Amino acid sequence: MARNPKIGVYICHCGINISNTVDVAAVRDYVATLPGVAVARDYTYMCSDPGQGLIVEDIGAHDLDRVVVSACSPRMHELTFRNAIVGAGLNPYCLDIANIREQCSWVHKDRDEGTAKAKALVASAVARAALLEPLETREVGVIKSGLVVGGGVAGVQAALDMARAGFPVTVVEMADHLGGRAMDLSHTYPLMERADDLLGQIVGALEIHPRATILLNSRLVDVSGYVGNFEATVQTHDNGTVTDHKLRAGAIVIATGFDPFDARLKPEYGYGQYPEVMTALEFEALVSPNGPTGGRVVVNGREPQQVVFIQCVGSRDRSVGNPYCSRVCCMYTAKQAHLVQQSLPQAQVTVLYMDVRAHGKGFEEYYDLVRETGINYRRGNPAEVLRRGDRLVVRAEDTFAGEFVDLEADLVVLATGMVPRAETAEVAHLLKLSQSADGFLLEAHPKLRPVETASDGIFLAGCVQGPKDITDTIAQAKAAAISAMIPFARGMVKVESATCLVDEDLCAGCGMCEEICPYGALRLDTHLGKMRANVVLCKGCGACSATCPSDAITLQHFTPRQVMAQVDVLLSV
Amino acid sequence: MEATELRTFAIDNHLFRCIQCGKCAASCPMGFKTILNPRKLVYQALVAGEFDPKAHQELWDCTTCFTCSIRCPKEVDPGNMVIQLRSLLVQDGRIPGTLTTALKSIFERGNPLVMPARDRGAWVGDLDVKHLDDGADVFYFVCCTTSYDMRAQKVAQALVKLFNVAGVDFGILGEAERCCGSEVRRLGEQGEDSLFESLVEEWGEEMADYSYQRMVTTSPHCYDVFKHHYPMNGREVLHYTQYLAQLIQDGKLQFTNKIERRVTYHDPCYLGKQNGVYDEPRAVLKALPGLKLVEMDRSREKSLCCEGGGGRVWVEDPNPEKKLAAWRIDEALGVGAEVIATACPFCMQMLEDAVRTAGAQDKIKVLDVAELAAEAL
Ligand code: SF4
Ligand code: SF4
Repeated sequence: MARNPKIGVYICHCGINISNTVDVAAVRDYVATLPGVAVARDYTYMCSDPGQGLIVEDIGAHDLDRVVVSACSPRMHELTFRNAIVGAGLNPYCLDIANIREQCSWVHKDRDEGTAKAKALVASAVARAALLEPLETREVGVIKSGLVVGGGVAGVQAALDMARAGFPVTVVEMADHLGGRAMDLSHTYPLMERADDLLGQIVGALEIHPRATILLNSRLVDVSGYVGNFEATVQTHDNGTVTDHKLRAGAIVIATGFDPFDARLKPEYGYGQYPEVMTALEFEALVSPNGPTGGRVVVNGREPQQVVFIQCVGSRDRSVGNPYCSRVCCMYTAKQAHLVQQSLPQAQVTVLYMDVRAHGKGFEEYYDLVRETGINYRRGNPAEVLRRGDRLVVRAEDTFAGEFVDLEADLVVLATGMVPRAETAEVAHLLKLSQSADGFLLEAHPKLRPVETASDGIFLAGCVQGPKDITDTIAQAKAAAISAMIPFARGMVKVESATCLVDEDLCAGCGMCEEICPYGALRLDTHLGKMRANVVLCKGCGACSATCPSDAITLQHFTPRQVMAQVDVLLSV
Repeated sequence: MEATELRTFAIDNHLFRCIQCGKCAASCPMGFKTILNPRKLVYQALVAGEFDPKAHQELWDCTTCFTCSIRCPKEVDPGNMVIQLRSLLVQDGRIPGTLTTALKSIFERGNPLVMPARDRGAWVGDLDVKHLDDGADVFYFVCCTTSYDMRAQKVAQALVKLFNVAGVDFGILGEAERCCGSEVRRLGEQGEDSLFESLVEEWGEEMADYSYQRMVTTSPHCYDVFKHHYPMNGREVLHYTQYLAQLIQDGKLQFTNKIERRVTYHDPCYLGKQNGVYDEPRAVLKALPGLKLVEMDRSREKSLCCEGGGGRVWVEDPNPEKKLAAWRIDEALGVGAEVIATACPFCMQMLEDAVRTAGAQDKIKVLDVAELAAEAL
């Protein structure tokens, strides 16, 4: 601890975000009078290059040893300012942030009150900053191998890229073969390539790759560790015998995929009631060249003459809890309608839709091509499918014509959407990941970190993160593989330094902290009757320190002295 | 409604969520024979700039089956919008003639049928039924139609027989019972200072004073409104088919008499679609020895509305088109049913009318589930 700290304080306007509600100059003048403050400045954008430059310059010119930035939330820019002071030779833990935007200017209207509160927040940060201690930055080595959970398109592609980049990779797949649901498709849009040929290329390449280990009939059952050093338990089922493997990996890619929407949840369409009503995946099997009829479309022993496709079954539908668009059904419906038209040129094919979303490369062009083969697209979300004699009737309002239609059909195909796999919650729980409101796994940021999760070293690929087609799945899998390999290339990862510290003289060995720690970072040394902390596992949450009845655990960077100094100031103003 | 008022209306009713998919319109059973089109009503409310409900007499064609609302993928609730628009007409005093009589009668006599309150318990005759005054496990809520209509009374009598055989401790309110207000609400007499609101306040309070554990209703309409719109103070509300299914499951009701008939079941909208009670009535029918249950193509979630809800049972509809109940009878005959069973006094009335109009009395009978069960005792 610095006995006579020299603190620099920097107050940000955030454009007008802060300065509109807070008298920034008044805060600056007030702060300059506080003990320990060597310099206080304000600036329009502290996070900008010139803003950071001010800090760096002052550290040299005034020999500062502590810095307080009063600006936005530390979640936003703590790292920015830490890097800045490290560049000027300070320890990154000699920084404190006073959040006068989210916790002040954004939530208050009155300028006097806002200014008073900002003064209090900054003063309390100054009091804490005086007591901050430099902490050692730690790095640990990385296990340079990947673990991929799920062996569908996403998992296979991610694993293949890691293996090709030179790192060993293990793929854990529940089924007895790789390729996942895409293997059951007949053709892919918009180029009408055979799905099994296409996917066979990457599956085959992975299967023979010397750095790839493939565990079929297997599930991930346990994970511990942290980025660079995970330890996983995988359970393999083989003819009734169950074997557990332990394996270690530096990064994990989750690619567990989706489930098709259960069409029974839309009872008005008669799925399960009428054999002529089938789901899109069943239709794929029917028209697959490997299918029972060799790709011919046959229903009830006959070639159907009137085929109706119904889009958005279980998608964009709040009534079944799926408000989102499944992103693939418009195009696969176009493809399936096309396949029917090709194999049964006499058949009358109608697609009932709400909107057609042909957003991908070549999609709109393909949609045009399909319609021109003589397929009727009629806009209306049908009410129900009924039986009339030996035919079905699809009842809808053609909303463009403004009239009701009863379309006869001897085949009805439901364009069922994608839902999170039944096991998604289990996977989330196992890896401490979050699910978004739609039930899919949540990415760290929808735009900037789309393949990362909030847990370092765990990545998402494919439909586990949300519905997507093969093109997007491959792209995301490649991104996940690359991101996963970043620490492999560096060989080291930084670990948090603001961890807990056990004072063995005070520890009574009661074990309460061990129970409360969510990361398994504390273990009782039963010989000595003292608690031991694994600081690599510790995430610095502080639960232990709050629990310990003997005050034997402190959380570094948030010591009682530091926190109390802050509280004292807040209570005294 | 003027522009600003209309905009507020549209926002409050979530109309801006609508994507004009047409599911509601195609699901509406009346859309095929009237100009009622919930999708178009939503659209007009959104874009027309102003909206005059008076120009939309088709609002009275709605049977309040709520198929539109249940199926809407955007949870717009167009059925409720129709009711809100009716409310505007009602506030203006623009309400079809016979409905005024029904509403006035509810206000004055506690029933829509212009019957004296003191005759409400007359159906009991010399049956063993006690008054709820001394408290009971079950408060049997009989319903206006069931109390006064000679045909419907038989259902109450059958239920009493079943309750007594099962040893149920139940009581009724007799002349003190009053209309539940379900149809009042769905006619648009709802909201501030409405007839429905005063019913809930006065009648709800009065009922709360009696001592009972659960309420069992004859009609799905009473069931629906008590369950969702009255303060029941933690007491359970059951439709009688749910209660009978429970008694059967607990072994309290056994049937010995064979019902050697082909029976189909017509799902009342207020029981099935609106409250998801599909299995219990069927469980009761399946427990009856000898009875052969056959399903119509349109059953459960796809069931066709009888056209009697939302007060329509009280109006003489000049529409020359075939009644929905008549279609229903055709469907029942189509599956070779000798009996079309239902569990709602309005459905029973509509279906019986349709059988009479078609002159099909010797081909098919309309019976209530309770009547079939009592017959099997
Ligand atoms: S079903 Fe819903 S979304 Fe579709 S047109 Fe009707 S109100 Fe609009
Ligand atoms: S409630 Fe029934 S009758 Fe009324 S508009 Fe909706 S679907 Fe039509």
